[in-house]
Amino acid sequence: MDGISELLAGFAVALTLANLGYALIGTIVGTMIGVLPGIGPALTIALLLPLTYGLEPSGAFIMFAGIYYGAMYGGSTTSILLKTPGESGSIITAIDGNKMARAGRGAAALATAAIGSFLAGTIATGLLAVAAPRIVDLAVRLGAPDYLALMVLAFMCVGSLLGGSMLRGFASLGLGLAIGLVGIDFQSGQARLDFGLVRLLDGIDTVLLIVGLFAIGEVLYVAAHQQASTFGIASVAGQRWMTREDWRRSWKPWLRGTAIGFPLGTIPAGGSEVPTFLSYSLERRLSRRPEEFGNGAIEGVAGPEAANNANAAGALVPLLTLGIPTSATAAVILVAFQQYGIQPGPQLLDTEPALVWGLIASLFIGNAILLVLNLPLVGLWVKMLHIPKPYLYAGIGLFALVGAYAVNGSSFDVYLLLVVGVLGYFMRRFGFPIAPLIVGAILGPLAELQLRRALDIAGGDLTTLVSTPFTVAVYSLLVLVLCVPALLRLRTRRAQQAAGVPTPDRESSTV
Amino acid sequence: MRITRTGTIAAVLAALVATVSACGGGSAKGGGDQGAKQLARLNIIAPAAPGSGWDQTARAVQDSLQKADLARQVEVTNVPGASGTVALAQVAPQKGKKDLLIMSGLAMMSGVLTNGTDVTLDDLTPVARLIGEYETIVVPASSPYQKLDDLLAAIKADPKKVPIAGGSAGSADQIFIGLLAKEAGIDPAKVNYVPFSGGGEATTALLGNKVAAGVAGTGEFQEQVKAGKLRALVVSAAKPVESMPGVPTIADVGHPGVEFYNWRSIMAPNGLTAEQKKAYVDAVTAMHASDGWKTTLKERAWEDTFLAGDEFGTWLGQEQTRVSGVLTELGLVK
Repeated sequence: MDGISELLAGFAVALTLANLGYALIGTIVGTMIGVLPGIGPALTIALLLPLTYGLEPSGAFIMFAGIYYGAMYGGSTTSILLKTPGESGSIITAIDGNKMARAGRGAAALATAAIGSFLAGTIATGLLAVAAPRIVDLAVRLGAPDYLALMVLAFMCVGSLLGGSMLRGFASLGLGLAIGLVGIDFQSGQARLDFGLVRLLDGIDTVLLIVGLFAIGEVLYVAAHQQASTFGIASVAGQRWMTREDWRRSWKPWLRGTAIGFPLGTIPAGGSEVPTFLSYSLERRLSRRPEEFGNGAIEGVAGPEAANNANAAGALVPLLTLGIPTSATAAVILVAFQQYGIQPGPQLLDTEPALVWGLIASLFIGNAILLVLNLPLVGLWVKMLHIPKPYLYAGIGLFALVGAYAVNGSSFDVYLLLVVGVLGYFMRRFGFPIAPLIVGAILGPLAELQLRRALDIAGGDLTTLVSTPFTVAVYSLLVLVLCVPALLRLRTRRAQQAAGVPTPDRESSTV
Repeated sequence: MRITRTGTIAAVLAALVATVSACGGGSAKGGGDQGAKQLARLNIIAPAAPGSGWDQTARAVQDSLQKADLARQVEVTNVPGASGTVALAQVAPQKGKKDLLIMSGLAMMSGVLTNGTDVTLDDLTPVARLIGEYETIVVPASSPYQKLDDLLAAIKADPKKVPIAGGSAGSADQIFIGLLAKEAGIDPAKVNYVPFSGGGEATTALLGNKVAAGVAGTGEFQEQVKAGKLRALVVSAAKPVESMPGVPTIADVGHPGVEFYNWRSIMAPNGLTAEQKKAYVDAVTAMHASDGWKTTLKERAWEDTFLAGDEFGTWLGQEQTRVSGVLTELGLVK
């Protein structure tokens, strides 16, 4: 899969007028569903499947790829401006991105997200084009113990999200872990915490949880505390996209986000959330101003946004080289292949070269379209905040409820969304951070699954958890990261005490 | 439950015999019923999300019925959740409701049993079994197991050491491994079955040599087998399967009684008049004979396991006995 000529041939396929049209439609639809809370790319592509039956396969896949990438772009917009993430991959973006928007730097946040997404998408697609077979050989070498190590690492981001009160932060995390348990236990087939409701057997959908806690919770909060909550936008007109300082602070997180997101996309270890969690905590660790995280650090937007786009490209590596889907959207694209009688597998490249290279080329094109589409829109999106609050929040509430209903066509989901929304309101009202709950609900079940799977495979032998070089490396790193700063602090404190300087308390904030 | 085991085995064997003969009868027919009356409007419930197996089958039925002019208008509604039991609970109470059909199958049967829901497949009227997918057992290319017997012997010697990747607990994959283990004299509950979520997870684990073997529908592994990355030890069919050339059948490996496939069917609510029921059976039988349906089967590589009306109902009872027997032994049904 490393032929430039094949890629050029792919561009020839993707650059026909009809296929460019499909790419444009796909990216626009993708951006729209990314903006709408609750409706994700997997569902959209699945709904479009019967409609594309008459299309040429290449045209359909080019459109699907546009939807996939477009949703990753669009998801960040509502996260940043309204603190209502539309997809699980943009939860983390809501934290610092929204703080930036409230401080009048919404345009910079949107621009760093868009450019970071473009850069990450382009680099990752390039890697997909030149190195897919080699990457996939490495990816399949990782097993359940390695995935567990990654999950443990991702849990570290909770530390950055706890907020001012450790007690409240951990209470939120614990609640999230409990919510993650709801439904049929995958490994034993036993129902847990279902309260006798058949509808709860599949668990509580993460997207519903996110939309409920963030969007509905926010709507209720604004409604209840109208006077107290203001956007505080000084002047949008004078806002510049990104200052020289913003560029300086963004480019490294973009590249690091890409480096995290792409490889994680190639392995079946959760969806697009895990790399965003990892990227966020990495940026906070590396930052010279960790106290800014949670208060509008641009790195906290740039890194995760690059990570979720690189992740989307990464997921295509095993799909196109082995026929293995590693994300929900990739699974639906696999079904689409089968609809055309194409069975993706190790031989897909030999049997359908025009299709695969056309798809890859269209990813480059889709990415460029998305950047062109999104950057000028930044100003327009920011103006959205000028809509009078009653209308704006009524709109958010409506879209959230319609989205929740549309996914399964079930009124139960709407009630569940409202219950979760009320929970979100009270958490905000009493100063409980929301992010740890969501991290717990997403990572808890994933970590449990990998832990039990690892132990099952090893016949219950605990040493399997540290049996590979990868796990040893990850856990060693973890110990270093956790212990070294503590030791350093201890030394500084001793030194300061010796010098008679009072130790300043670290500033912290609530998400 | 130990006391009933011999009884269960007898029932399972009876069911198997019936299955084999019913299969032959089903595929031998298919002449098509020209006398089928056109149905007016139909609503088919797909008891899973868009893009899922049930959804694809429902939409294929929709397409074929309309193309063959057997129904004027067909709509597909997705009611996903809990192995299809959410949809089942929604359709079953609408007794005597006209023009309402629901996709069903092995996964729903297993879901009813393992979730212990009050509404069961008995609350629906069987119309026809449509398609099926055979199961296959694979090992990594570098595996020491050359034949199914090698694998079974290793499981017998130390089941813990032979982790087998498959779908979720209670899935067709686990049911098949359970049936095979029982036949080979291994306690199904002792098999180290490691559930992976559908799609690529299990394949990834196999390609990375993380598990000893894998079990799934043939579609899941066929490309890896063709590429020589995985080796198929058996396919759960009595006769060779086109998509898995050269792979031993369940009869070849000496367990002809364990012929097994993950079937999908179409059903209606209870309380229909004999006339209504006949209209459905006629329409579906005519659809089965149509060119559109035949093309779809070929394109999607679905096995034709057509069996309609009362014959299907009888078979369903036997399958229920066999499935609940093995799920009980696996500890998934209490």
